[in-house]
Amino acid sequence: MRRPVLVGVLLSVLVAGAIIIDAWPRVRRSQTPERFGFGTPATTEDIRQANTDVTPDGRGLPHDSGTVAQGESLYGLRCSGCHGATGTEGPFDHLVGREPGDSFNFGRDPNFLAKRTIGNYWPYATTLYDYVHRAMPFDAPGSLSSNEVYSVVAYLLYRNQIVPGNAVMSDRTLPLVRMPAGDRFVVDNRSGGRTVR
Amino acid sequence: MTARPTGSSAFADKSAEAPAPSFSRRTLLAGAVGAISATLLNNASALPAQTKGPVPSPPALDDPGKLQGHIPTELGERSPFEHPRRRVNRAAPAGESESPLQELYGTITPADLHFERHHGGVPVIDPARYTLLIHGMVERPLKFTLADLKRFPTVSRVCFIECSGNGYRGFQTTTMKREATPSWIDGLLSTSEWTGVSLATLFREAGVKPDAKWFLAEGSDAAHMTRSIPVEKALDDAIIAYAQNGEAIRPEQGYPARLLLPGWEGNTQVKWIKRIELAKNPFMTREETSKYTDPLANGTARMFSFVMDAKSLITFPAYPDTVSRGWCVITGLAWSGRGKIARVEVTTDGGNAWESAELQPPVLSKCTTRFRHLWKYAGGEAVLMSRAIDETGYVQPTRAQLAAARGEGTFYHMNNIRGWKVERSGKVFFHVEG
Repeated sequence: MRRPVLVGVLLSVLVAGAIIIDAWPRVRRSQTPERFGFGTPATTEDIRQANTDVTPDGRGLPHDSGTVAQGESLYGLRCSGCHGATGTEGPFDHLVGREPGDSFNFGRDPNFLAKRTIGNYWPYATTLYDYVHRAMPFDAPGSLSSNEVYSVVAYLLYRNQIVPGNAVMSDRTLPLVRMPAGDRFVVDNRSGGRTVR
Repeated sequence: MTARPTGSSAFADKSAEAPAPSFSRRTLLAGAVGAISATLLNNASALPAQTKGPVPSPPALDDPGKLQGHIPTELGERSPFEHPRRRVNRAAPAGESESPLQELYGTITPADLHFERHHGGVPVIDPARYTLLIHGMVERPLKFTLADLKRFPTVSRVCFIECSGNGYRGFQTTTMKREATPSWIDGLLSTSEWTGVSLATLFREAGVKPDAKWFLAEGSDAAHMTRSIPVEKALDDAIIAYAQNGEAIRPEQGYPARLLLPGWEGNTQVKWIKRIELAKNPFMTREETSKYTDPLANGTARMFSFVMDAKSLITFPAYPDTVSRGWCVITGLAWSGRGKIARVEVTTDGGNAWESAELQPPVLSKCTTRFRHLWKYAGGEAVLMSRAIDETGYVQPTRAQLAAARGEGTFYHMNNIRGWKVERSGKVFFHVEG
């Protein structure tokens, strides 16, 4: 006869407990939604206008071309003021120059800092198009047509003894150009800890 | 014991000199009259007129308690006696100015003294016309206005930004000089509280595809600054920041929005960010190939060297201070792009004995930490140096260690131990061992 009483007491305690717990104010963190729905969809035209970068595989290069000869006159007009008559004089970045035997003494010799020319230190020819097209000339960035950019790039590659004087640079030929410093670059291996790298 | 250097005395060669405060009789008189009339005419009609124009500074009296000071203003100003200034490097073709580390306290850099490094000048961007485009390997290409970005949950973080080239003047013997201030050596370093939206939130919004491992960040300045960043960093702690130290980001720091990558080299933290493109491979832009790479003695060059290793610098005493005998509180900053500073050690005898410096809490991850060390200067010559140890166990290397690991020619990420030589006269000069 005592067992039902015990069960009854236990049940009452549980119910009372549940009521008390339920009465406590519940503070829940707000749930981060899968998406907020802010912003607007970018149209194909939005992306086409903004997407001007060029990658080593040639993606982004416009269908056009330019020659060394065209580039030479353009260089004289638009580039030589900052980079010198032959690309070696400055006052700003030296663009032209090849170290004998393509030696890569940049890590050993502090005087090599100024020798980071296209011929010595640029691993990808496509980067030239990408950069000149968007950021050059310094006094009028982005003002050169695709034909003009291909021409200046062709001229600079020629001056650095990377392509012959009759070379035509285009969306087809530029990604095929192999740069002297192309195999010099390695991924960062520092990782903290005791070792100084 | 000398006072901290004030204003122009701390700057050398090409710096922009701060104009000295000039208190002529006339301005003193005008200030006094202005203050008195403000007191006498302290009524509703007089107030707006008083707060609009520049508030004349009252003269410094022997007893400031004898004259009412100026009334509240809409925008505060520094004390007329304080003139901290960035040191503008006129030699840099397109823009560089250094924070006056020797004139700052604690760890936060006032926003108008945050160092600058830009490659095409500071653009003027109308926030009403600003957009950030996210496209490439995403499910939903999206563009966000500034107002859109501000609708997302905000995140704030106090962290340092350091230019990759900061401190090469403390490594390269070709440019090193004794007459070097802390700002000249390491002033391309600043710390702010940054606020914005987590890039991970925006990436979730756009639905970044699993194969996308890199993203291109592009600025809207004339340099069209572009860097490739691993998606992993975006998911870890990257922020699209629109505020700095509680207010909108300063134009020089990326107004209206910039990429913030805590602990990574400054160049990657693209200012005035307008576009993010997700891709499988890095884009190999000019900056990450021909510029911000680290040639090594073995004939290779390290690329994508993002993280700033642990470093420290004593900011007082420093050139051009003179110390006098007695107690001197050596103080400086330590920081690591890999986490928290675990310890800073200071030597006052050129490296024979090192002692643990006191760290000022809070010690935050990827943030500058202020340290101090009590030193009783007994006169004579002394060499003061500091070395930082971070939570990964990395110890700030000597110049010889760094040169052995990388070579003499490398330029960026120069974090070797640097310090100060105190001469017999008490005069302090920049000094690097080995």
